Amino acid sequence: MKIRTLTYAIKQGLKNIKRNRMFSLASVGTIMACLFLFGIFYFIIVNFQHMIKTAETSVGVTVFFDEGISQEQITLIGDKIKERTEVSKINFISAEEAWENFKDEYFKGEEDLTDTFADDNPLADSASYEIYLNDVSMQPSLVKYVNAIDGVRQVNSSDTTATSLSNINILVGYISVAIIIILIAVSVFLISTTVTMGISVRKDEISIMKLIGATDFFIRSPFIVEGIIIGLIGATLPLIGLYFIYNKAISYISEKFNVLSGILSFLDVNNVFSTLIPISMLIGVGIGFFGSFLTVRKHLRV
Amino acid sequence: MAYSYNIRNEFIDDEPPIIVLENVSKSYQKGTEAVKNISLKIRKGEFVFIVGNSGSGKSTLIKLMLKEVEPSSGKIYVNGKDLGRLRRGQVPKLRRNIGVVFQDFRLLKDRNVYENVAFAQRVIEKPLKSIRENVPAMLSIVGLSDKLNSLPRELSGGEQQRVALARALVNNPVLLLADEPTGNLDPKNSWEIMALLEEVNKRGTTVLVVTHNREIVDAMQKRVITMNKGILVSDEQKGGYLYEN
Repeated sequence: MKIRTLTYAIKQGLKNIKRNRMFSLASVGTIMACLFLFGIFYFIIVNFQHMIKTAETSVGVTVFFDEGISQEQITLIGDKIKERTEVSKINFISAEEAWENFKDEYFKGEEDLTDTFADDNPLADSASYEIYLNDVSMQPSLVKYVNAIDGVRQVNSSDTTATSLSNINILVGYISVAIIIILIAVSVFLISTTVTMGISVRKDEISIMKLIGATDFFIRSPFIVEGIIIGLIGATLPLIGLYFIYNKAISYISEKFNVLSGILSFLDVNNVFSTLIPISMLIGVGIGFFGSFLTVRKHLRV
Repeated sequence: MAYSYNIRNEFIDDEPPIIVLENVSKSYQKGTEAVKNISLKIRKGEFVFIVGNSGSGKSTLIKLMLKEVEPSSGKIYVNGKDLGRLRRGQVPKLRRNIGVVFQDFRLLKDRNVYENVAFAQRVIEKPLKSIRENVPAMLSIVGLSDKLNSLPRELSGGEQQRVALARALVNNPVLLLADEPTGNLDPKNSWEIMALLEEVNKRGTTVLVVTHNREIVDAMQKRVITMNKGILVSDEQKGGYLYEN
């Protein structure tokens, strides 16, 4: 495209927006609403995933062994578990460590109460492996596998935590996608109406252009530019708003719900926006481009 | 009629006709047949009137030549191109060689005289430098050098038609199609416009004028093609107006 044609298309596109200000505003507004909601859902999903990832490091599987099992056999079981793809980390807790941890947790400050046990470890035969997973949804398959290993007495796991965390994440994802698809459809429809108005207002001009020998591209480009500009404005404004809201919201939630500080871990604003900005811009420009492109194709048979 | 043309659909005769219609008919969807089996040939540099009553198919003929409508049957060649074999993307190129003037001027009401004429050059992506040279020169030819900044509503009918004419001619078309160019003008302005068209023709542009204006047709003694109810009823060199208005 020649530079003067691009300049012409931008000028005419801006003129169209000005001429149909109400429809243009409505289109910008809908794209804004669409991308604002998209941003909110994006925050929820990425932070939720982040929290799940964090939680996954604490949701582990504990494996206990048969009584009287040798250390070599325990190491062999450990090696078998390590080979599994689901496993991200595995820790061996000896019976002595288990007793020390137990004492720390339940008899802190009253150590004399445990003196009666002297060197007798009540948790003998409680050596275990603590296994941490790459993804909680993989837990059932790993538990099944470990249970089948010779020498394993018991496998402790929290199925409910694992499944509900991944189920909530999937549900939030589905709801977000559904709402965003509806909003995108509304935005495309409104842009299409705006461009149709622009075409009808400029009907005479377009018919003259056709007769003079303007190419399809030359006639259509201002309307495409119009859609893209609307999409860009519609994407930029909510991003600015969301940037400020995000910081305020995480500090507010962390303050109000500090009881849950162990669970609530949020992603850094820059981390979130480095992905959200390009995605939102792409969606905004995409809605603008396709909304106007389809309309122009339908109404501007040159 | 048989014409030779090469692989690019261009005539290879030395002096090919600028317009050729071979057994052209055009029926609209409602079933009305606007043009019935017309064959004609217009050579480069000719000045031709197409006359006939309302509904005789004159305007359809213009639309067919501009490829605004497709013929139901027959072949049309304009400036050496077979319009039936012309792809969609090639139509603008065809129209850039044809200037068009209408009865209702069809000027852009929100743009001044200069911008209306410059518009024709912008559309075909002429450099700004050429536009700045060509537009005032063309407006000077049609006698509107002092009206560059006027809006169409500030001009008389005759002046508006001159602007339309300047717009049609600024891209140096080989063919000028004028559909009732004097239809909205008083006799004085009508004659001025016709004088301009004659001048344009003398400079080498083929001019085809669709008109109802008996006085002008009779006085100018040009080739006259007469149509009636879609049929070409006469084609005379130095002819006159056959039908009553």
